[in-house]
This record gives sequence, structure tokens and C-alpha cells, in this order.
Amino acid sequence: ILRLPRAASYCSLPCALEGKLFYNLWINYQPRGNDISADKGERSRDRHKPRSKDSRSEKSVTINTPPAEPLLGDSVVRGEQVQDDNWGETTTAVTGTSEHSLSQEDIVRITKDLEDSVGLDCRRYFTLTLAVILGLLVFLTPLAFLLLPHLLWPEKLQSCGTACEGLFISVAFKLLILLLAVWALFFRPPRAGLPRVFVFRALLAVLVLLFVVSYWLFYGVRILDSQDENYQGIVQYAVSLVDALLFIHYLAIVLLELRQLQPCFSVCVTRSTDGEMRHYNLGQLSIQRAALAILEHYYCDFPVHNPALLSASKSRAAKHLAGLKVYNVDGPGNNAAAGLAHSQSRAMIAAAARRRDTSHNELYYEEAEHERRVRKRKARLVVAVEEAFTHIKRMQEEEQKKAPGDVMDPREAAQAIFPSMARALQKYLRTTKQQHCHSMESIQQHLAFCITNNMTPKAFLESYLAPGPTLQYSRDHWLARQWTLISEASVTSGLKDGSIFVLKCADFSLVVTTKKIPYIQMSEEYIDPKSHKFVLRLQSETSV
Amino acid sequence: MSTYTPGQPVTAVVQRIEIHKLRQGDNLILGFSIGGGIDQDPGQNPFSGDKTDKGIYVTRITPGGPAHEAGLRMGDKIMQVNGWDMTMVTHDQARKTLTKKNEDTVRLLVTRKSLEDAVKNSMGSYPRQ
Repeated sequence: ILRLPRAASYCSLPCALEGKLFYNLWINYQPRGNDISADKGERSRDRHKPRSKDSRSEKSVTINTPPAEPLLGDSVVRGEQVQDDNWGETTTAVTGTSEHSLSQEDIVRITKDLEDSVGLDCRRYFTLTLAVILGLLVFLTPLAFLLLPHLLWPEKLQSCGTACEGLFISVAFKLLILLLAVWALFFRPPRAGLPRVFVFRALLAVLVLLFVVSYWLFYGVRILDSQDENYQGIVQYAVSLVDALLFIHYLAIVLLELRQLQPCFSVCVTRSTDGEMRHYNLGQLSIQRAALAILEHYYCDFPVHNPALLSASKSRAAKHLAGLKVYNVDGPGNNAAAGLAHSQSRAMIAAAARRRDTSHNELYYEEAEHERRVRKRKARLVVAVEEAFTHIKRMQEEEQKKAPGDVMDPREAAQAIFPSMARALQKYLRTTKQQHCHSMESIQQHLAFCITNNMTPKAFLESYLAPGPTLQYSRDHWLARQWTLISEASVTSGLKDGSIFVLKCADFSLVVTTKKIPYIQMSEEYIDPKSHKFVLRLQSETSV
Repeated sequence: MSTYTPGQPVTAVVQRIEIHKLRQGDNLILGFSIGGGIDQDPGQNPFSGDKTDKGIYVTRITPGGPAHEAGLRMGDKIMQVNGWDMTMVTHDQARKTLTKKNEDTVRLLVTRKSLEDAVKNSMGSYPRQ
């Protein structure tokens, strides 16, 4: 293996590369390493270059051979290019020319959404129509039981006495209660589309259907065919049907709602890209319902996925691999293909272990430098925002009537004070690699919101100082509406101790592991309140 | 008892006392109580001459017990136990050193004011040469 200097040195171009489409120039640098007969002096200079350049990372230039993916990740480049990201330096007035343009990515995304929603709605409507049919069947059955004798054999029917008419009221109210209960439990807007059918609901529907069908069978055979005259018996039969339906509804509540309330499992959710971990307690749920519950928590709890933060480790890994080139000096044909690869990788590992790798040093100083820069920019930002907030004042009611002069509504006030803090905010967002999460429009909206609600500058800044949960950002940052559930066990089976499944979306995946909450044996200890007595322990005496 | 100046060696006139522990059931007892220690408040020590002295003092002697028979008296300051220093120990360390289960006898070096006075008087009767 010949040890060669690195093909190119990596440093970072401040400001210009981040977010601006037309600055994504990749300057092709002819890799010197290929030319073995290069000047010795140049080679040694090359070797020393990385160390000196990286310590002054503010002023150095990026020279990259075009890598497989852009340095700052895909989502920075797509979606927001048409917006002028230079608003920090150039904002004096809002022109609004960039608000209505669509990029190619937007169009693709819209068509994809249309396709998806058609497929999903079909299934949803199917379930909805089935449910409506079943509901109608259930409600009309008791009424049919009561009405059919009057329609078919009115002369033979005994007249309805007092007790019988009392039962009418009972049927009416029970049906009303059943109607309200079914509406409350079942006719809620669906939260999500799950991959498999919801087992308990399906079972309940089948149970109700069987139940109603058996009642109809009995009615048809014993009452319709024989034309029973005892109307009170028929009314009581209808009342028993409604009672039984109410009990089935109780069963539905217990199975669908109450059973999973008691926490039984503790799940640990880890995001694959940056290792963010959260723990939740769930009850006895099927895997798909557990996945749904976890996703609902994900949008509230996990900080937003920022691909720009992952680029540093990827570039480090790329540097590590690019540093060594392996030559097979034994010539081809000596080893089998697998053996060749094996020996190559072993050789690389051995060489990597032997060479003096200073990338840890670079990382340490780079991180320290970054920390310092972030803190400096934050200080400037806080001062700028506080100063900007002092420029406006809320007008009281009396003043409003007296001087209708230069009065602004919140949006105009926000636009008026925004330019004074725009530059500092822009620089801070660029340093913390959050600039693609916040558009100028959203910042101004947030500022107007804060002004309207009498918030302090600190309250306004909180949402920019640290990445918040995904819910905080505009809708187009919920980059995934489609989640895929990957699981070895069937998704309608229940959660078990040690089950692992993965929720995948386009950019990252959430790995979920389950642990059973153990049986807690609690014991009691009674302490008499009078038993709390103290002495001074300054001079103790011990007998030996 | 000599006053203690930090950094300077402590000098005292000591008496060697050997106590044989008495076995009572599962315990080996010596028959006296100790007070003091570097984690205790020295101002409350009734036996010390210097109220900043944090040494271990004998506060009570069981009459007829092994310590009494060996010659230990109330108010004695214990300087060493079996060679272990007792002038700079915590109260608990002193207790542990005295009550080691594998030792049947303890050899103490104790000091008291009467000893110092006796030596001073005896030295004083002869002119220095």
C-alpha cells in the first residue's frame, strides 16, 4: 500500500454555500494524488495544509471533488431556492414577488399527494359506507319489529295496554341514548389510515351483525310466520333487542377505548439520524395502533429533523475513506474476488490503525470554534431584538381615539421593526444551520403574533434559539405524510416484551423497542409522626 | 496537656495502659466511653485544658470494668491505641480502632494533666545541669 497525501483539502466556505442555489459551484480540483511523481516539496506542503487551514476555518475556501451528495444535504437545496435567502442584508421593504412562485419540487409533491389521496379515500369511503349501512340496520330493526305487526295483521293484534305503551317510551329513549353513544364513539374523524384492518372494530361489527341477524331470524320464524297476537310480547322483544345493543356498545367502549389506557409497556423511540431518544408508556395495543400513538407523540416531542447538522460527520467519514488508496501489488488473478476484497479491507484497517490520524484534533477545535461563534452571534441577536422591540409601543384606548395619526396594525408594526433585526437573525440561523426552517414570511408572522400578545423579546426569540418540535414549523416541514411500518411480527398482533419495529419515512426512521413494565410490589411502612426526635450530635460519646 | 501548634510535633508525657477485653456474650467490651474526635465540637469537652483540642478523651469508666482495673481514669486523653494514632481521628475511627474483634488486648498510651505536673515537679527539684 502506498501512502499518499489526501487528494484535496476540505474547509468550509462561510455564508455563501448555505442555502443559495447559484453558489453551489463545485470547483473541480485535479487530484494531486494520482500523480506519484509530484514534486516532493509540493507534497509536503500539501500534507501541512490541512492543519493550518482548518484552524482558521473562517477564511478558508472549499475545494471539493464532486461528492455523491451535496455538502449540506438535499432538503436544503430543494423546495426553497426561489425564495431570496439574502433577506438579512437587503430587506428594506417587502415586495412579495417570491410568494407565488412554485418550484419543480412543489409540483411533483402536489401530484404525488393527489395520487395518494385518491387511493386512501377509496378505502376510507368503503369503511364508512359499511358502517352507515350497519348503523341503519341496527336502528331500524327495533322500529321494524314494532311496526310490522301493525302493518301485516292489524285486525288480529291485541290492543296495547298501559304497560305496553310504557315500554314504547322506554324503547324511544334507549334508542336515543344508543344513537348518541354510537355517534360519540364511532363517528369521529379518522386520525390516520392504518395498514391493516382494525381487528376489534371488525370483530364488533361482525358480532352486531350476527346478533341482529339472529334476532331477525327468530322474529321472522316465530312472530311473522305464526302472526302472533300478543303485541306486548313483541314490544318486550324489541326492548330486549335495544338493551342488548346497549350492552354491546358497552363492550365496544371497553375493548376499543378503556383497555389500552392502563400503561403496560414502556417503549423507547430512537431516531436513526441523530439518536434522539424518548420514552413513552403505552397500554396493550396492537403494533399499528402503538405506531400511531408514537407518531402523534413524535410530532410534539422530537426536535425537528435537520439534515444540515448531519453533514459534518458524513464529510469526516468521507475524508477518512478518501485518505487511503489500496493497490494490489501481487497482480490480478492471484486471489478470488472475495478474498481480494477481504484482504483489501483488512489492509485498509491496518493502515488506518497505523497512521497518525489528527481528525479528532480538528473536530475538537472546530467544535470549540463553532461554539464560540454561535455564542457571539446569539449575543448580537439578543441585543438587536431587544433594541427593535423598544421602537414600538402599544397604543392605549384613549390615545387611539385622540390621535389617529401614524397608527399601525400588528402586521405593519412587525414589518416596520423587522429590518433592524433581520441581519442578526439571519446570521444566527445560518450559523446554527436552521435557515431553511424559517422563511422571512414566517418570521414576520411570528413577530406580529408576539407583538399582538404582548410578548417580550426573549419570548419571541425562544423559537429561533433552539430547534423545536416539528409541530412548530410550517406545514411544508412535515416532509413526510407517508410513514411505513416495518415489523417482523404481524402489525395487528399486540405489543410484546422485546418487540422491535421501525417507522420509516423518506429522510429517517424511528426505531421502537418495547419493554414490559414490571409488576411492582409495593409495601407499606408506617411512621408515627411523634417518632421524629432529634438531638444535637456535636459531642457524642460512645462506649467501647 | 500540651497545646498543639500545627506543623510542630506534639509532645506529651504518656502512661502505657494495657486493657484486656472482657467477653460478654457476643461482644468484647473494654468498659469505658470515649468522646471527642476531629468531627466533633471541641468546645464541649469538659476534660480538655485547651478547648481547641480535638483528641479522644475518656468520658466515663465503668467501675470494676477492665479499663478501671488497668488504670484508666476519667479525663484521660488517648494518644495511641496499639500503635495507631488517636490525636487526629474521627470519633468513629477511634471507636473502630478500639473495638476490633480480632484483638483481645489493647495497649493505650494515655496522657493526663497530673502526669505532666508530676514530671514537672520532679524535674523542678533538681537544678538543670
